[in-house]
Amino acid sequence: MELFIQQLLNGLTVGSVYSLVALGLTLVYGILHIPNFAHGALYMMGGYVTLTAMTKAGLPYGLAVVVSMAAVGMLGVLMERLVFYPLRDAPPLHDKIAAIGILLFLEAFAQFVWGADYQTMPTPYGDVVSIFGLTLTVQRILIIASAVIIMILLYLFLKKTFIGASIIAMAQNREGANLVGINTNKVAMLTFFLSGSLAALAASLASPINLVFPGMGHLVILKAFVIIILGGMGSIPGAIVGGYILGFSESLGATYVSNDYKDIIAFAILVIILTVKPNGLFAKEGR
Amino acid sequence: MAILEKRRLWLAALIAAAILFPLFVANGYYVHMMTISFIWMIAVYGLNLFAGYTGYLSLAHAGFFAIGAYTLGILTVKAGWPFWLAFAAACLLTTLIGVFVGLVALRTKEHFFAIYTLCVGYIIYLIIDKWDSLTGGVRGFIGIPAPADIGPLSFQTPVAQYYLVLFFLLVVVWIMHRLVYSLTGRTYIAIRNSEELALTLGISTMKNKLASFVLSVFFTSLAGALYASFIRFLGPDIAYVSVMFDFLTYLLVGGIGTLAGPVVGTLLVTFLSQQLQFLQDYRMLIFGPVLTLLIIFYPHGIAGGIIRLKAKRSEARRLQLEATQASAELAAASRQERSERYAKEG
Repeated sequence: MELFIQQLLNGLTVGSVYSLVALGLTLVYGILHIPNFAHGALYMMGGYVTLTAMTKAGLPYGLAVVVSMAAVGMLGVLMERLVFYPLRDAPPLHDKIAAIGILLFLEAFAQFVWGADYQTMPTPYGDVVSIFGLTLTVQRILIIASAVIIMILLYLFLKKTFIGASIIAMAQNREGANLVGINTNKVAMLTFFLSGSLAALAASLASPINLVFPGMGHLVILKAFVIIILGGMGSIPGAIVGGYILGFSESLGATYVSNDYKDIIAFAILVIILTVKPNGLFAKEGR
Repeated sequence: MAILEKRRLWLAALIAAAILFPLFVANGYYVHMMTISFIWMIAVYGLNLFAGYTGYLSLAHAGFFAIGAYTLGILTVKAGWPFWLAFAAACLLTTLIGVFVGLVALRTKEHFFAIYTLCVGYIIYLIIDKWDSLTGGVRGFIGIPAPADIGPLSFQTPVAQYYLVLFFLLVVVWIMHRLVYSLTGRTYIAIRNSEELALTLGISTMKNKLASFVLSVFFTSLAGALYASFIRFLGPDIAYVSVMFDFLTYLLVGGIGTLAGPVVGTLLVTFLSQQLQFLQDYRMLIFGPVLTLLIIFYPHGIAGGIIRLKAKRSEARRLQLEATQASAELAAASRQERSERYAKEG
């Protein structure tokens, strides 16, 4: 029983990270209807920027995360301006290939600047606490707590503020939003900024537990795609719920099925879902 | 017709050059590089058929390439099958897997299809990587035999293998040529241009997409089996997404949806990679942006660009011809009118 609860907690931690990544991906999909294959590279850059800010500039962990969120957010904006904006009228095949190009470039860039080694990220929250006989590090609590807080903030931002509402308006209908005077360019840039920041946050939170390396975004981005298909492309609650579902099934699968093949679980889920429902579980456009 | 004749001449010259290449270039390294490029070309033709002509981006093709390669390796080394039997079996098995994947994957569209196939590719990679007892896992798979002799033909030397691969490449190009200019090929293009329209015209899109997908998987598995027998060492890396992206780069540089594209793109990019070898792992610093810039500013690739340029030029020539004809007619008409008027007044 204790093992089971421990695994549930693990699932909650992993799921939080997945949800944050999937949120960024689903936001971009909702607005621009492009599957951003380069999102995993933003995640990876987030890990490296935080690490560099801590080790080279000597910033404390919290501040480094904020710097990283801002930097990677700007990177996302740059991507939108330089690549996806010029391609807005191109066939859908082109967006995907362009995103793959960015992904390759950023990975090679990271390897060039920071090397191919696996690096550990120090964290001030490495202490182990035990609650009700369960042992977990403070970092894991931090991951879960900050993910939940960010999700609530994001929800409030989208629902209660004017800018947030304009993002949702654009997701529902781009031309309509344009007609009522929403600057769609600005909204697209803002969305990419949010998406990049969320990826950077997720990476910075997860890196002390995992490691930082150029390929760290691969599996995460693939799983984020699984999640947003699970939860409906463009749906925000779907991304959150899907993230946790995947987190739980992975940590339980790793314990009770096979640790070697735990990464396949996500893809097996996806293959099953798409086999049964070719347009995703909740096939609705935008939200 | 003159254009066709000219094209035939060019083709004959190219084939002759490819056949004579190892006789004039004594450097074994270049022969090796060319053979590898030919193998990539076959795989890229597979991708081109489905992505370029049918309009679906399949990201699982590196996985199919690896299945073809590994099946050949396992059947020859572990099961001790004769080479050519294993070769045929490798292609058939991969194609069969392609049928099953296609049946499911093709129910999805656009983004879903790309994501789905990306995941299928990743599953294939993970299975090859983790199934140690069968595939050798990360240590790789060694000892694959070179192609066995067929009667008096022996394929033990690199030059002989070069000709073997060239033969398969020419067969693939010939099939592609026949296909693209047939009704079937036009059906694929119709699906690419608008699946709904194709459906309304009474085309069974599912059946055609599946046929195109399976054939494209077959080409890729053929390339994989050739790769296994030529390199004779396999690692799980060949199933990895980076190989997929290499294929895409070759295809895009050359020209997606053109017959010459895979040849032009593969040759150019492998040649450039050789020149940029000092960059090694960092070559994507160059090719990543190249891929992105290409798709933004020059999405038709080299071959596609040339075709467009030619089309534009002949269109311009036609317009000019029409314009001169029209002005001549106009001049004739006004002359006649004038003479009529003179006749009346006179």
